[in-house]
Amino acid sequence: MCHKIRHPRYWLILPFKMAGLEIISDQGYRIDGRRSSELRKVCARMGVFTQADGSAYIEQGNTKALATVYGPHEVRKGRGKIQHDRAVVNCQFSMATFSTGERKSRPKGDRRSQEMSMHLRQTFEAVIVTELFPRSQIDIYVQILQADGGNYCACVNAATLAVIDAGIPMKDYVCACTAGFIQDSPLLDISYVEESAGAPFLTVAMMPKSEQIVLLEMNSRLHADNMEKVLDLATQGCKDVFAVLDRHVRDHVSESHALMTAS
Amino acid sequence: MKEVPISTCEREFILKAIRDRKRIDGRQTYDYRRLKVSFGMERGCCIVELGDTKVLAQVSGKIEEPKKNRPTEGSIIINLELSPMASPAFEPGRPTESGIEMNRILERNIRDSRAVDTESLCIVAGEKVWSIRADVHVLNDEGNIMDAASIAAITALAHFRRPDVTVMGEEVTIHSPEDRDPVPLSVHHMPVCVTFAFFDQGEFLLVDPNRLEERVMDGRMVVGMNMHREICTLMMSGGMLLVKEQVLRCSQIATVKVAEIIELIQKALDKDAQARQAGEKCGFAESVPANKITTNKKEPTLIDTTAAAQQASQVIQEAGPVDKPMSNMIVQAPGTAQIGEGLVNTWQIDDVDMESEEEEEGRKKSVTNGKEAEATSKPTERKRPVKAVSHADDSGSEEEEKVMLYQGDAEMKSTEDSTALQQPPNSDKPAKKKGKKKKAAQK
Repeated sequence: MCHKIRHPRYWLILPFKMAGLEIISDQGYRIDGRRSSELRKVCARMGVFTQADGSAYIEQGNTKALATVYGPHEVRKGRGKIQHDRAVVNCQFSMATFSTGERKSRPKGDRRSQEMSMHLRQTFEAVIVTELFPRSQIDIYVQILQADGGNYCACVNAATLAVIDAGIPMKDYVCACTAGFIQDSPLLDISYVEESAGAPFLTVAMMPKSEQIVLLEMNSRLHADNMEKVLDLATQGCKDVFAVLDRHVRDHVSESHALMTAS
Repeated sequence: MKEVPISTCEREFILKAIRDRKRIDGRQTYDYRRLKVSFGMERGCCIVELGDTKVLAQVSGKIEEPKKNRPTEGSIIINLELSPMASPAFEPGRPTESGIEMNRILERNIRDSRAVDTESLCIVAGEKVWSIRADVHVLNDEGNIMDAASIAAITALAHFRRPDVTVMGEEVTIHSPEDRDPVPLSVHHMPVCVTFAFFDQGEFLLVDPNRLEERVMDGRMVVGMNMHREICTLMMSGGMLLVKEQVLRCSQIATVKVAEIIELIQKALDKDAQARQAGEKCGFAESVPANKITTNKKEPTLIDTTAAAQQASQVIQEAGPVDKPMSNMIVQAPGTAQIGEGLVNTWQIDDVDMESEEEEEGRKKSVTNGKEAEATSKPTERKRPVKAVSHADDSGSEEEEKVMLYQGDAEMKSTEDSTALQQPPNSDKPAKKKGKKKKAAQK
């Protein structure tokens, strides 16, 4: 009667759920064929919209995110928010209704997305040099187009590119990455299937050059002794992400430069 | 109502204290405030006091249909309520950002770490399961709600008993407490949050920040951990930057703190269970100490006075015996007498001035009585203005009293000479003055 919309890789999840979740094969490969410390493929594009001051699109495996940045501009709606010594950062996170296996009824405004918005705001408040723009506001809008694990990471990485595209000064890139601990070994960049296995995973946002952690979050249970291993792997992941993002930014700038000089 | 912003002075003071490795309430860096866990009459009701922070948790259960994707699992709902009762900063209505964050931490800490077995809450698969709800109400916010709330929630869940249920074919019977003993939830482990506050970009770290410290801090980190040293939640946020070492250090500190807290919770639970078994009185009314005033109470603090006592005895030894005042009576003329005149001035200040003044007085005295009374009041005025004025005003009428005063003073002096702790060595001065007055009055 009614067609049930399933996760894009439902056929993949099902057998694993039945087989007691064989997340890592005996040969040391994961479900999608990666090694334990491998990232998913990262594709990025900057300057995808003309209206926004800065915009970016990122794909991390099957997780896709879009970010736009407006500002710095004068503080709109609620003058009470004005900070006389720095800019306020306003973040809004939303998930497209078609982003998950089951259609989302509330694309934004539920507890999870509110929490996510808040985390994004905290992350970027710490990294953007807000002191340069007193009495102004910077808006960052992020949308998840497809969710396949590591939503927060994709959002942070996309927003970083968008902020760079908007020409807003930051202390450093801020890169985010997840790392899990499944079957006694740390895994980098957890996908949705691995996430739903119920194993612990750590989400880290950091400034890769100074290795300073901006945001740290952990779910499920992880023994304190394994903490360091997982954190080290996540740090490495963030640095790998940084390498990719940096290359994209440099390519983008040299491309635009070439176009400008040609015309 | 918006919270009154903290003044720059106060902020600087608190920060300076922290930089000096001191805390405004006298605790050490890694100290918790006094933690108290008490239970209500009803099962699953728990009040946690962390210093002046007060949090109430109440667990309730009902039977409902399970979620489609998890037909054999009951549900655990945790709700943190920040009512305006706890602090003027909390507004009624929609939960604030920080409220949502705290609620999520609490959910993650208890539900997502599977502290309570949800499969044992199933009655009939796909049809009936228990839905357990823990409501955590903040009653008074004096900082670090997070830790108090997490302790209250998990303790209340461990304290809760749900009615026993039996299934006979299609029929489901819920037994009343009189019929069958209610059964406890199966709590696998007890995760408890430990909050760390960071100052000066993560250079200084404190455990269990109070209200003022919370308002000054750069950011905080919450570590949820259980007795088996498993981290159940980790949440670092709020515009600060940390390095890996700090995170690992926090997890180590949390290990110690969590062990202490859980031990305390266990003790409280055991004590309550014993009280209930023995049929003793239990509940809030019993757990509140029998003081008339229970609000704004101050715990007695022990002060070490040995150092002060030693210093005092040393001072006494060094001081030596006090000079015995010589109170020779001089008869200047028939009918007049003077006591204490011409002695060495033992007042520490203006030795010369006083001396000369005294001499002047001596000369004036013989001239007129009225003038003399004025003159004598002068030096006394400096030290004891009120008394001196009154003497000068009605010197005539208070004659007898003054004689008595003098005698009393002299007696006191003689006794104090031997013990003499606080009496300054110049105690003969007032007596001398009075002596003069007595003479003046007699005239």
